[in-house]
Amino acid sequence: MSKMTLNTEGDRHVVVTRRFAAAPELVYRAHTEPALIQRWLLGPAGWTMPVCVNEARSGGKIRYEWTDGKGGGFYLTGEYVELVPFRKIVHVERMHLPAPTPDNLIETTFEKDGAGTLMTMRMTLPDSETRAAMLATGMEHGMEASYVRLEALI
Amino acid sequence: MLSLDTAFSALADPTRRAILARLALGETTINELAEPFKMTQPAISRHIKVLENAGLIVRRVEGTRRPCRLAPAGITEIDRWLGMLRDALAENYDRLDQVLASMKPKKRKGKR
Repeated sequence: MSKMTLNTEGDRHVVVTRRFAAAPELVYRAHTEPALIQRWLLGPAGWTMPVCVNEARSGGKIRYEWTDGKGGGFYLTGEYVELVPFRKIVHVERMHLPAPTPDNLIETTFEKDGAGTLMTMRMTLPDSETRAAMLATGMEHGMEASYVRLEALI
Repeated sequence: MLSLDTAFSALADPTRRAILARLALGETTINELAEPFKMTQPAISRHIKVLENAGLIVRRVEGTRRPCRLAPAGITEIDRWLGMLRDALAENYDRLDQVLASMKPKKRKGKR
């Protein structure tokens, strides 16, 4: 049994859901407060996020930098579009590998689910080719996995 | 060695995903595939060619028929990779579970 689901939707979307045993307020804060983000948004074992800029307001900037501690690393930049405290985050992000990937528009919602929270993250890519390319890139750069979930329809 | 780039490009098309879903039920011919998709045989043939080049399906010769079926190797490769992605994200969220367990709700003051 898995707490997480991951599906492609249409040609341009990837949808991830996950349940957490904590109130929406806490899950939302763990997505917007740098000191908390740096504790979990790390990808494969051994990676850390020494730089975490997160201006949680409309138009605010996002910048995450990861390193494997052995000279390897890359970063992500983004901007917030909309934040509804404890309920919804809409932002745009791109990976820099170092060339930037096309923008990924992500809407994340946090819904009360019993004593916990149901988080739904819906990504929208510019087109199906970008989605395929982004997912393929994720293979070489494991950190992409932090953001991308895809379940084969086959 | 199969290219995941090619495989994912092949999977980017909804008709091709539907073809794979159909082939998951068993081997079939292009004629039989064309029917439910309301597409011409050449159109289906083009999709089949893309899937074949991506290593996702194989075809064999049986008299005048050339039935297609899923290629286990190609599918396994994609499954393996998807599993890796799932595992990496699952790890993040398992860590988040720990972070959440260590947090206490902030006391909010009168104003909201």
